[in-house]
Amino acid sequence: MEHLTFDLAQRPLRELNQLLHTDAEAGKIGKVTVSNPDGAHNIAVGLNCPVEVEVIGHAGYYVGGMNKSASITVTGSAGTGAAENMMSGKVHIKGFASNGAGASAHGGLLVIDGDAGLRCGISLKGGDIVVGGSVGSFSAFMAQAGRMVICGDAGDALGDSLYEAVLYVKGNITSLGADAQIEPMSETDYAAVAALLQQSGPAFAAHDPHDFKRVASARTLYHWNADADQEY
Amino acid sequence: MDSKPVHFKRIAKEESWGYNRSTIDYIQNAAAHGLYEIRGLGAKRKVPHFDDLVFLGASLSRYPLEGYREKCSTKTILGTRFAKKPIELAIPITVAGMSFGSLSANVKESLGRAASEMGTSTTTGDGGMTQEERLSSKTLIYQCLPSRYGFNPDDVRRADAIEVVIGQGAKPGGGGMLLGQKISPRVAAMRTLPEGIDQRSACRHPDWTGPDDLAIKIQELRELTDWEKPIYVKVGATRTFNDVKLAVHSGADVVVVDGMQGGTAATQSCFIEHVGIPTLAAVRQAVDALEDLNMKGKVQLIVSGGIRTGADVAKALAMGADAVAIGQGVLYALGCNSETYVQNGAHFSAEDGYTALGTAAGFCHHCHTGKCPVGITTQDVILEQRLNPDVGAKRLKNYLKTLNMELTTIARACGKQNVHHLEPEDLVALTVEAAAMARLPLAGTNWIPGISGY
Ligand code: SF4
Repeated sequence: MEHLTFDLAQRPLRELNQLLHTDAEAGKIGKVTVSNPDGAHNIAVGLNCPVEVEVIGHAGYYVGGMNKSASITVTGSAGTGAAENMMSGKVHIKGFASNGAGASAHGGLLVIDGDAGLRCGISLKGGDIVVGGSVGSFSAFMAQAGRMVICGDAGDALGDSLYEAVLYVKGNITSLGADAQIEPMSETDYAAVAALLQQSGPAFAAHDPHDFKRVASARTLYHWNADADQEY
Repeated sequence: MDSKPVHFKRIAKEESWGYNRSTIDYIQNAAAHGLYEIRGLGAKRKVPHFDDLVFLGASLSRYPLEGYREKCSTKTILGTRFAKKPIELAIPITVAGMSFGSLSANVKESLGRAASEMGTSTTTGDGGMTQEERLSSKTLIYQCLPSRYGFNPDDVRRADAIEVVIGQGAKPGGGGMLLGQKISPRVAAMRTLPEGIDQRSACRHPDWTGPDDLAIKIQELRELTDWEKPIYVKVGATRTFNDVKLAVHSGADVVVVDGMQGGTAATQSCFIEHVGIPTLAAVRQAVDALEDLNMKGKVQLIVSGGIRTGADVAKALAMGADAVAIGQGVLYALGCNSETYVQNGAHFSAEDGYTALGTAAGFCHHCHTGKCPVGITTQDVILEQRLNPDVGAKRLKNYLKTLNMELTTIARACGKQNVHHLEPEDLVALTVEAAAMARLPLAGTNWIPGISGY
């Protein structure tokens, strides 16, 4: 299978995505290296096969959006909505990620070496997110399923209105959102954190799973309660 | 036998306008529960509507077409701006987005079958695409909602168009709601939620905020579908002039405007009745926005919210819509609020069902309970059998057919060979309010409030 270099300074994004949808899906391409991304939006969205994509530089919004099976690496930073609604595969941002990273991801693994902005993992639906740095406020808002490992700190209102997603935080949590609570770590939790750190690459191996706290839903907002004061 | 004179005691029954029985009931319900009322369907109060307009049929100054003989085209094409594969419909009447979850799988199948037979489209709703609906609906519009429940790139690729939902006429600014009774195992699995919880959907999209972001989001959907599929943007009617302009700037192929009469499966009734503007006012603003941008005919407009009859469709088209979408009318066609449901060709009373909900046929708005007496808005395995998909499909097809016949009847009477040739000049208003909102002359005058004279 071919290893291709695609220069976004020379050819339009449309051609890149078309190539990744047709030739890569037909098994003709094994890897694409994208040069000169220059913050372009929508790089490598909707991939549907186990192709490898390496973006040399910074990506704009929605890099790796709705990814299925592909493995996408960005050597620089990523804009809003990196790997949003990912189904499977892996997206690795070596720099920082902006707002809404991994939003509503149903599966796969999103690794962010640096910090992530606001609402990281919002509406998460089963995907895994590992962040080497800190996450901004409202992260994991309404997260339904999946796991987040945060090696740095978490901002305000972490895990507001959480459903069944579980968050592991090493650093400080500025505040927990409504219905989120800190729970004791079990052996399963330690094993889960260890496995996710290991999958995220050698840079993450230095973290000890025993340093992480578990945040999950207290499940008090799951049902209307006519007698309770409603927060809504 | 002695007969005695009867003495009646006079009982004064002067009802207060401000504190009438429904207001008293509202206050006492609030006092009893400390919680607002949640219900289904749309606004119940009277607002200026298409009923307040009439057509000027042809006469001496214009020629009519023969009602049954001369051709009157209803073909409708949506999504011609950017999409490689625009949507082609035989009629300008589509089925609005209603989720599997709020509706049973049987109902979704009925909608798909009836729409396909009539050559029109159905729309998924909050909660993902079911196999039943994809198989039965030839043209299926896939919604991308704030919650992203069940949202999946495979379904994006399987869809015929994508509708990015910003808001809904029944609750512009609010997210969806699905109470625990309706979160069956299948619904829960599709939405990745625990079974039986009271689901409250997000009201903002998770990965974009504002029109500049939306432009990039729309580009993502186009890239994902290799620019094949039309992208609709749906807004609840509020600041419609600005919202439609922003939707067009963001790159929409089609804008869907849903007025305050639009329905919902479950929302706070204060939201349904008090947020949003009437459909009549919204159509005018939406058409103004498109004309202002010189985009009329390039970006298509779908209007929804209280479209019930062929006359409503004709009026919406004459005011400048390219098509309409119907939600509640579809439910009524299937038997919503009917006294009976049909099984094996016979009618059975649904009274027990209405009584259990504390209501009666004609008054029901209890879709949120999941205990629909006629098997439409339910996930209950017993109740959902009250709507046979064959019966549902037949009734809906008849309804759509009737609307289309009424539409062409009016178009022919106005001398049009194509329903899309209906124009504002064919309409006048019966009330000052409707004249002002629709910017049409009051019947028998040339007075348009705010435009001509004062
Ligand atoms: S009859 Fe069914 S669909 Fe109609 S309002 Fe009642 S619950 Fe809703």
